[in-house]
Amino acid sequence: MPEDIISLIQENVIQGRMTRDDEGMDEGIVGQPGVTELVEKALASGLSIQDIITKGLSGGMNIVGQKFEAGEYFIPDMLASAQAVGAAMEILEPHLAGSGVNAKGKIIVATVKDDLHDIGKNIVSILLRGAGYTVKDLGNNVDIQVIVDAVREEKPQFLGLSALLTSTMARMADVIQMLEENGLRDQVKIVVGGAPVSEEFAKSIGADGYGADGFQAVAVVEALSSGTEN
Amino acid sequence: MPRKGILVDRPYERLTREQVELIHQASMQILTDPGLISFNREAVDILHSHGAAVESIAGDHQSWQVKIPEQVVLSAIDSAPKTVKLGARNPDNTLIMHGDEPRVYLVTGSETNIWLDVDFPTYVNKADPTREIRMPEFKPRRGTVDDLCQSAHVCEHLEMVDGYIRTVNIQDRDITEENKDVNKFFASLNNNTKHFMSGLTSLKQLDNVVRMAELIAGGKKALEDNPIISFITCLVKSPLQFVDDTTDTFIEVCRRGLPIVVSSSPQAGTTAPIREAGIMAQINAEVLAGITLGQLVKPGTPVLYGSVPVRARMDTLGDSYGSVETSQYNIDCVQMARFYGLPNYSTSGVCDSKIPGQQSSIERLFSDIVVAMSGPQYLHCAFGLLDCNSVFCLLQAVLDDAHFKMIELFLRQPRIDQTELEAVLKQIREVVATPQKLYIGYIRPVLRSGEISGLYPFEGGGEADDVFELAYERMKELLARPVEHIDPETTARIFEEIPGVLPRLNIYERGD
Ligand code: B12
Repeated sequence: MPEDIISLIQENVIQGRMTRDDEGMDEGIVGQPGVTELVEKALASGLSIQDIITKGLSGGMNIVGQKFEAGEYFIPDMLASAQAVGAAMEILEPHLAGSGVNAKGKIIVATVKDDLHDIGKNIVSILLRGAGYTVKDLGNNVDIQVIVDAVREEKPQFLGLSALLTSTMARMADVIQMLEENGLRDQVKIVVGGAPVSEEFAKSIGADGYGADGFQAVAVVEALSSGTEN
Repeated sequence: MPRKGILVDRPYERLTREQVELIHQASMQILTDPGLISFNREAVDILHSHGAAVESIAGDHQSWQVKIPEQVVLSAIDSAPKTVKLGARNPDNTLIMHGDEPRVYLVTGSETNIWLDVDFPTYVNKADPTREIRMPEFKPRRGTVDDLCQSAHVCEHLEMVDGYIRTVNIQDRDITEENKDVNKFFASLNNNTKHFMSGLTSLKQLDNVVRMAELIAGGKKALEDNPIISFITCLVKSPLQFVDDTTDTFIEVCRRGLPIVVSSSPQAGTTAPIREAGIMAQINAEVLAGITLGQLVKPGTPVLYGSVPVRARMDTLGDSYGSVETSQYNIDCVQMARFYGLPNYSTSGVCDSKIPGQQSSIERLFSDIVVAMSGPQYLHCAFGLLDCNSVFCLLQAVLDDAHFKMIELFLRQPRIDQTELEAVLKQIREVVATPQKLYIGYIRPVLRSGEISGLYPFEGGGEADDVFELAYERMKELLARPVEHIDPETTARIFEEIPGVLPRLNIYERGD
């Protein structure tokens, strides 16, 4: 019953269950396979990667998004689903080549030097993973040099910088300048965020995009991927 | 004579003695398993030399796992003073806090990025253009040094404000990381004679602000006797991590023996368990770890048990200070501090609402009443703060002051004793025997003694809700009232000796 596996994947994304040990929204499902086990099973059954991703994972995530919009789901629900999708994408990644599905791209995220605020950045990472991106999180209080080195070595399509203090916002500009000095600026699109950061500030330091929250973070990265953002 | 504060007669308690002890035991377990992660080398060395087990953790940033044995924590609690004095430029504004006495002092806070201006544009009714109303309009902008001066000025005159924590983050173009501290200290101290507490932006500025305080207090010894300034540090990042730079600051302040708040601000749901038992066991462990470090640096350092627990919003995972759980956690912390006999820094009145209005009034008043009832010694009760610590509005601070006046009256001790009852029984018998059967004749002596609470101070005429306009008038009135600035001679010395204070803050050189 291949179709069933896909709809089970979708259902478990909606339930926010990464593995069989996870609780979902409904009672009594602990012990039944979660998204990661189902994706393994789907691969073993030879189901198309395209279907697993678009019908199963993204299909589930779309419904989660609708439930969130409707006020039925809260952020913790959304994050559980996004984490399940993120884990599934890790399993699928080696199989993407030749499957007809293009990898969405890699993004490096970091909270800048001298700033320890990371709750928002972590949420952004989870939602980006849930949207199918490969995320490398460098943590908080990250040296400019470490960020620049990571961009050079990992060659990500995107760099996401977070700052929550008015004093550390300026470090974002320093990162951009240092990337320029190292001839790396054109290789990567830079998005910035954090409570004191604004659209104007992002423009003023030469970032490519700004997101006021986790959803806008995904939206701005999606827009930059498809080239609709300028 | 210290300030009176509000002495809470029989403080409200949520936890039973047994629950308090269970939390204490859980915290002690946390401090050895998993212990804390320290990103600060010196803290590790100090704790290690007093018996903590230490292990280096591999990773990009140097860090260590630190396990603090119960005995070390208990003897630190022992050596921490049970009475803490916070001085003031005007000695009548001194605050004296005993860990076992539920006397509540009300203070402002925090460092908001946004300052909210208010204006009252007139609106015309479309259906009947002869009818007009004025509605408040709130306009956010970035905070400046001038705003900080204004806020300190108004808070000087707000009767219920016992101490001043800098309210707004100064973001003028000429403010840098290097001169921010000296300017926030000078702007606040020069416009307010109450106790001043602040965080430090740069450790390099510590000696400058201490020197400034010495000049104002009248010397090193005078500052020791009358600590007109104190510090607040969030050295533990939840869950259970000693942060590198703030821990440096903390250690240096302790070395100088100035009063300091060890505060922790876990968020239930993200950086602490969403369950009450979990956030309580964790925050208590975090604060005790900080206090322990401070006492090891310098035994007897005056310290406040600082608690800023908060529950996460389920729609953004930002803070929800307006949630009822946030007040519950705060009250639990008051009880924990009292269990240890340490004066407590607590939090109330921060609201989720972005502007003054119904939501903000209800959220802040709710927590102000219940947390004040539990009897914390030093209550950061968020005068003027909105949007979870992000916005400061002076008009709101004026409103908060009036509301705290009501809370103060509410919390006064009941006067019910034998003499009182004999007097009222006499009244009852007398009145019942008269043809009118009214007690009006007995009101006046009580009225004159000031024991009867007043009308709502911003009640308008007629049916209109004039609260904001009347509060605004009051705010302007308070701004027009002079404050006692630092004298010209001391001011001159501050500008001579302390680098970085903006010349435009020197009122004697400005010609006004
Ligand atoms: C929680 C918190 C802390 C915690 C941090 C815990 C942690 N693990 O992150 C602790 C207690 C450690 C802390 C410490 C301090 N804090 Co603090 N903190 C906050 C607080 C209350 C909430 C921040 C938060 O987590 N919000 C919830 C998340 C979900 O929202 P968010 O971070 O904004 O992220 C969202 C968006 O911004 C966006 N986003 C974020 N990053 C990115 C990145 C990209 C690429 C994109 C596209 C989008 C994006 O999406 C996110 C998800 O929706 C804020 C107040 C506030 N309202 O912002 C103060 C605040 C930021 N802190 C402040 C201060 C002053 C400090 C301290 C200096 C306190 C002290 N005296 O010790 C220290 C500094 C430590 C340091 N060096 O960094 C001030 C800053 C004022 C200023 N000068 O700018 C604030 C504004 C509070 C205040 N009014 O006083 N803090």
